Amino acid sequence: MADISEYVKKQHTSFQTFVKYNGVQRILFDSFKYIMLGTASIITLLPLLVIFLGSFKTGVEFNRTGAFELPDVWMLENFKTVWIQGDMGLAFFNTVLLILLSSFGSIMTGTMASYVLHRFDFKGKEIIRKLFLWIVLIPGTTAQVARFQIVNFLGLYNTRLVGVVLAMGTDIMAIYIYLQFLESISKSLDESAIIDGAGYFRVYFQIIMPLLKPATMTVLIIKSIGMYNDFYTPFLYMPKKSLAVISTVLYKFKGPYGSQWELICAGIVLAIIPTLIIFLVLQKQIYNGLVNGAVKQ
Amino acid sequence: MKRFSDLTHKKQQTFVAFLFLLVPVTLLIVFGYLPFFSMIQYSFLRWDGIGKKRFTGLQNFIDVFTRAENYRVFKVSVYYLVASLVQTVAALFFATILSFKLRGKEAFKGILFFPNLINGVAVGLIFLYFYKDIGTLNTFLKFLGFKGDTLWLTNPKLVNWSIAFTSIWRYMGYNMVMFLGAIQSIPSEIYEAAELDGANWWHVFWHIILKTIIPIIKLMVILSITGSLSAFEAPYIMTGGGNGSETFVIRTVDTAFKYNKVGLASAMAIVLTIIILIVTTIQEKFFKEKD
Repeated sequence: MADISEYVKKQHTSFQTFVKYNGVQRILFDSFKYIMLGTASIITLLPLLVIFLGSFKTGVEFNRTGAFELPDVWMLENFKTVWIQGDMGLAFFNTVLLILLSSFGSIMTGTMASYVLHRFDFKGKEIIRKLFLWIVLIPGTTAQVARFQIVNFLGLYNTRLVGVVLAMGTDIMAIYIYLQFLESISKSLDESAIIDGAGYFRVYFQIIMPLLKPATMTVLIIKSIGMYNDFYTPFLYMPKKSLAVISTVLYKFKGPYGSQWELICAGIVLAIIPTLIIFLVLQKQIYNGLVNGAVKQ
Repeated sequence: MKRFSDLTHKKQQTFVAFLFLLVPVTLLIVFGYLPFFSMIQYSFLRWDGIGKKRFTGLQNFIDVFTRAENYRVFKVSVYYLVASLVQTVAALFFATILSFKLRGKEAFKGILFFPNLINGVAVGLIFLYFYKDIGTLNTFLKFLGFKGDTLWLTNPKLVNWSIAFTSIWRYMGYNMVMFLGAIQSIPSEIYEAAELDGANWWHVFWHIILKTIIPIIKLMVILSITGSLSAFEAPYIMTGGGNGSETFVIRTVDTAFKYNKVGLASAMAIVLTIIILIVTTIQEKFFKEKD
């Protein structure tokens, strides 16, 4: 086995193979790589590091010390204060609930619509397909001007439901991904099941849904990132305090805490922690999900 | 009694199609297309959103193009466009570097990508502090021996560059991961064939790598232009559109929800939609001819 893997390694040709350099050039090129990556990493981390340090400082200390100075004592008081005053527990709960509900909704409508649009033959199929494609051309934020009137008219303003139906109705990314994925699943699989006497519902639940699982993972990842970061939808449609999500809670910090940056820092850190943990655990899946999600277009 | 399974396949399919499409198509029409068509209708009205509607013909559209404060905001998108070009080039550069053998590759990739996952409001607040008078950037500049007293978000000459930089910070890693994914999907046989043909690294970069990532570059160019035209979140959170950082979408949204001019705001939204349609069509044509 070892011999084979060695052989495979030797044979592996990549872009690297073509960059031929000798001693000095090699050192120069190698240091260039690391210097560029190092600089970019510092630029990325510096703004975050300062927030992290600040979140442990007292108010007085925050104003007295420089941005890069370590706190005298690493105290957790700020986290407690924002957690309670900002009602961040509720905000996390609302955010997660919103993500779960709209992901579930998008996965159901996405799989159903794409199954029917990809495998069936019926009147009006092409026009419906086009409707799903064209909607991306309408810029999202500006459409809120009129969407707001409709949401209001339907009595959905300030309800949890509005976040879910808007995420399902206006973001049709799931349908794209599923349509794309169905291309790669042989039709003979579900057609033979039909010939064997299975009904369409059974084919959908027992053949199509399980086969679409990798695509569902992609949808789940893209959807969750999008929902967690969405600011304007909850800001505009769900201003009620009991429906606040992480984005809107953070946005509110700007006002009352305008001069208490140590508290804002703590709020930011609290908002980043779950993302960081999920990123560290699901790194590979997230990268793959995003790459697969983009290829669809 | 006749059972569902007794129907012909064609009929069954029509029924299932209707059932499965009912919810998604209804949502799409109610929250996607209906707003668009009512926006067209509103754009010919003088209306505050609640009171009486008055037909004003093309007056709203005339206002969009003749009142300086309504079209001046278009200029702001140029900053975001430049930023997204810088972002794409940087992403391609780092993706290429990361496709080489490298120590700590995953760590570098992770660090550069992570900002993409941070909540947008958190990003806004992070950079509000970054650009503060005694914030991160000025402290760092002082440390390097500069004066470090620049007002990054209050100076109208700097504010748009400052905010546009935050979007590079946030999205460069995303583009990079896209490019890297494409580069890594090139099978090694292709490289081997190129090696046999005696290609050098420039040939390989130009003919193999660049060719593979052209669909992604195409996607990114479209997203850059439409994204710059509809820039909203970062400036809205950081400055609320003040100090000359107002974008077209901020103005539209404020016109609708702050000044309650739903008619004028709708006209602005329609104008933006038309511009985006034109840009997308031109791009489709341009890239099709090139392929």
